[in-house]
Amino acid sequence: MSVILIFLAGIAAIITWWMAQQRLTSRPWLEAGSVGDAPHAPHLNGSSIATAKIGLGVFLAVVGALFTLFISAYFMRMGLQDWWALPIPGLLWINTIVLMLSSIALQWAKVEAQKHHAEAMRAGLVAGLVTGVGFLVGQLFVWRELVSAGYVLADNPANSFFYLITGMHGLHILGGLVALSRTTLRAFEAQPPGKVLLSVELCAMYWHFMLLIWLVLFALFAGWANDFVDICRQLLT
Amino acid sequence: MAVVLILVLVAVASVLFHLLSPWWWTPIASNWHYIDNTIIITFWITGFVFTAVVLFVAYCVFRFRHKPGNQAHYEPENRKLEFWLATVTTIGVVAMLAPGLFVWNQFVTVPKEATEVEVVGQQWLWNFRLPGANGQLGTSETRDVTAENPLGVNKNDPAGLDDIIIAGGDLHIPVDKPVKMLLRSIDVLHDFYVPEFRAKMDMVPGMVTYFWFTPTKTGSFEILCAELCGVGHPQMRGTVVVDTPEDYQTWLEQQQTFTQMMATAN
Amino acid sequence: MVNIPSSIDDTVPAAEVEDVELYHPHSWWTTYVFSQDAKVIAIQYSMTALAIGLVALVLSWLMRLQLGFPGYFSFIDAERYYQFITMHGMIMVIYLLTALFLGGFGNYLIPLMLGARDMVFPYANMLSYWLYLLAVLVLVAGFFAPGGPTGAGWTLYPPQAVLSGTPGGQDWGIILMLTSLILFIIGFTMGGLNYVVTVLQGRARGMTLMRMPLTIWGIFTATVMALLAFPALFVASVMMLFDRLLGTSFFMPAIVEMGEQLQHGGGSPILFQHLFWFFGHPEVYIVALPAFGIVSDLISTHARKNIFGYRMMVWAIVIIGALSFIVWAHHMYVSGMNPNFGFFFATTTLIIAVPTAIKVYNWVLTLWRGDIHLTIPMLFALGFIVTFVNGGLTGLFLGNVVVDVPLSDTMFVVAHFHMVMGVAPIMVIFGAIYHWYPKITGRMLNDVMGRIHFWVTFLGAYLIFFPMHYLGLLGAPRRYYELGESAVNPPSAHDLNVFITLMALTVGAAQMLFLFNLFWSLRNGKEAGGNPWRATTLEWQTPTTPPPHGNWGKDLPVVYRWAYDYSVPGAPEDFIPQNQPNPDRISREHIS
Repeated sequence: MSVILIFLAGIAAIITWWMAQQRLTSRPWLEAGSVGDAPHAPHLNGSSIATAKIGLGVFLAVVGALFTLFISAYFMRMGLQDWWALPIPGLLWINTIVLMLSSIALQWAKVEAQKHHAEAMRAGLVAGLVTGVGFLVGQLFVWRELVSAGYVLADNPANSFFYLITGMHGLHILGGLVALSRTTLRAFEAQPPGKVLLSVELCAMYWHFMLLIWLVLFALFAGWANDFVDICRQLLT
Repeated sequence: MAVVLILVLVAVASVLFHLLSPWWWTPIASNWHYIDNTIIITFWITGFVFTAVVLFVAYCVFRFRHKPGNQAHYEPENRKLEFWLATVTTIGVVAMLAPGLFVWNQFVTVPKEATEVEVVGQQWLWNFRLPGANGQLGTSETRDVTAENPLGVNKNDPAGLDDIIIAGGDLHIPVDKPVKMLLRSIDVLHDFYVPEFRAKMDMVPGMVTYFWFTPTKTGSFEILCAELCGVGHPQMRGTVVVDTPEDYQTWLEQQQTFTQMMATAN
Repeated sequence: MVNIPSSIDDTVPAAEVEDVELYHPHSWWTTYVFSQDAKVIAIQYSMTALAIGLVALVLSWLMRLQLGFPGYFSFIDAERYYQFITMHGMIMVIYLLTALFLGGFGNYLIPLMLGARDMVFPYANMLSYWLYLLAVLVLVAGFFAPGGPTGAGWTLYPPQAVLSGTPGGQDWGIILMLTSLILFIIGFTMGGLNYVVTVLQGRARGMTLMRMPLTIWGIFTATVMALLAFPALFVASVMMLFDRLLGTSFFMPAIVEMGEQLQHGGGSPILFQHLFWFFGHPEVYIVALPAFGIVSDLISTHARKNIFGYRMMVWAIVIIGALSFIVWAHHMYVSGMNPNFGFFFATTTLIIAVPTAIKVYNWVLTLWRGDIHLTIPMLFALGFIVTFVNGGLTGLFLGNVVVDVPLSDTMFVVAHFHMVMGVAPIMVIFGAIYHWYPKITGRMLNDVMGRIHFWVTFLGAYLIFFPMHYLGLLGAPRRYYELGESAVNPPSAHDLNVFITLMALTVGAAQMLFLFNLFWSLRNGKEAGGNPWRATTLEWQTPTTPPPHGNWGKDLPVVYRWAYDYSVPGAPEDFIPQNQPNPDRISREHIS
């Protein structure tokens, strides 16, 4: 459970940082009568970041907790005797690169949207969508390859975790693709690119986060995360 | 006024109930009277706090209930009072925690001279295994469990051949000798619980858990399962008999070893 | 997005806060059924929670009948008994308490108390309710599925939960339960995002964090915790579904079940317990913190006095919320985990007692030198203090690792958690319903029925659970269909069980009176007016009662003060609403 505790410590740090700006030590009963302290510190009434972005940020924290818990369970289960790590198919490298390209494409779409370049933004969105679908299809091929090589779900906990966690990640990508498709359709309808800018930004943010999670998961399956944990353990003892 | 009276009654009746209640723990039969003492300390501290808070609330309602013309006092906070209350609370908490941790340390430190006794739970009965003449328990594996070998003792481990197997019968242990209970389960979670010994621990399939105690009283005690293990949970009872050393020897000689058991089965 | 003039002026126009894009309903269906109005969603959540809670109440009668009169009611066999305790526990904790506090009170109060028009993502908010309803229906479907609902206990510990020795283990019961939990968590996440982001972004002008009522602080902190804790239950549920349906071995070690070797091997039941309690312990505070917050406001309003030590109350809520994530293994002292963890978790657990005690002191110090109106909400608040202090103190027994050894898995635990997270929060729920019903409906609940309801519920519940501790002290284990002949079940204990059962039936009957009152007062209650309790917080200052969609008419309120300006010296009245400008001017106007 140490992985999730580290994750929560990070969340706690963010919350503490935010709360530190909210004057939690003020004496509110002495400050009656005016709009209070708000004129001097407008952020006390909420952030100037778009509400939807904050909402997505909170959601990503929840998604982060979800995957961190899977990783925690993975490490705890890995400590038991019957664990045989499964090989990493070469295709998984290609999928990783495809997801990176997808993320880059959406970043490009976002930058172009900010510059009000409608055509380039649409191209970026379509590229992101296509590579996103490509990643999912690639993952399905990885599954098929592993199954045909005899690494079936229930044989070994390493296999079970691989299918479970990649499946969960795939579902999140799938959900993201739905949102991305809607945004892309709107991008082709809406005249000024500014109208879809927020949606494009949200998609890019979500995609980068999913890429980050995927890289962590990839490191986990490849066994690097393992080595990293071992090094941490040695440093502590 | 009724509110005040009832609040006072709640506090007083709770204390009286505690003092006069016929429902109190069973007479202790092990060395864990330390645990009982820690509970007593905790009762004193928490009982005092509970009575004080409820009586204070009753007094407030009595003294400050609404009457025409009353106005509440205006006092947003009182740092000094809050500081003192927090300090006193911390002291109370430490007074409960410190003895608790001290006794826990004893609870988890098994004395070297403790003899091992294995308990194996299954739905819904208890099996036991004692080390044989060599003083050692052989290895075991849930995968080796069969109808003839209900505890899954490893046939290829010479240390286990002379182990004494009690399948479904009563367990006997000698008085005043520390025992380390090694707990196993072959199906679901169970929990080895003898109220008079105070100690208990879950039995988890796939691992061996343990606790230790020294029986201090001879007699026969009921074993209850204290972890929900399916519909037969309330029927999962057993008996542990604490014997004088002589009685224990007599009993021990009547038990069959693993080898004998396998022979009769075949 | 907030545009605030640089000069301090108390006559500024209504805030130019970014307007929530309100969805305007066009038909009866979108107004009352598929509504995106947080208030309608709140009522939908509450009614569903109360309905399923009623089922859980009936289940508790049935199991009390078995415990009081073992074997007398032949239709309650062991299988049914375990199904009843499981469904009772799960419904009460998740589908009633969590849903009612966050989905019900959260939805109703957050926008109103913060001066917002609605939640920030109304569509997701609506979906949240419908997923919750679906989760409830899937849960209830268990009663009609072959084999009935699961009887694994609300903790659903594997391997037992998915084996044939447990009702529903190899049938539909456990599958439906896990599916329902997964749906609930997805639905809750949609709602939870709303509650958190609305508090972050939806506050009216001048509503700084330190001006928020403690109700909002409690719900806000609890929601943040729930968002981070529920994923653990999600993970555990998904993994157990895999074990049950696809033959994996996440939690399943090698098992010989009824003489037969199963295909599983190598898994760890303890892993499930860690995941479950990583959710399960914060869950206790997810229920408790909203109750803490609401009861603070009830006490303050009805004692006509500011809450004592507001800052300390806020910090305590936040600290309790944070600490509750590092105490989970105190539910596992005798689970067979590494015994050295006991030192750490006992210490963290008892540390939580300090901020919790401070909250109790501040509630009773708020009563001190107050002007206590013994209204029904105040009575329930007093009932909360008594039951919460009682249940909280017995927590010090169970949190102190070595004391937990004899008491864990006995009726002491059952009595403890019913007192502290059953009776105490439900006292607050009732108090809150009596308090806010006038705002929701425009009418007061009937007072006589309310007082009968309070006294029977409070004293009855106390008489159920206070003596029950002593059964546990005696050694009676929990989750026993029948104890039969045993040293821990003397005849006197049987008499006590009969008494507890009679009390449980009485308390249950009093809830029928409450439900009757809810419907009766809808038509026959006294007209309440906009602010019957003369309270300061914003929800009482709406231009119309009940508030319409959008809450505030044309202009959003502006907040000038904290939520607790009661009995301010020199003020003309004993309360000053949060949106009232400078008090000096008011008093001057009053004099002239």
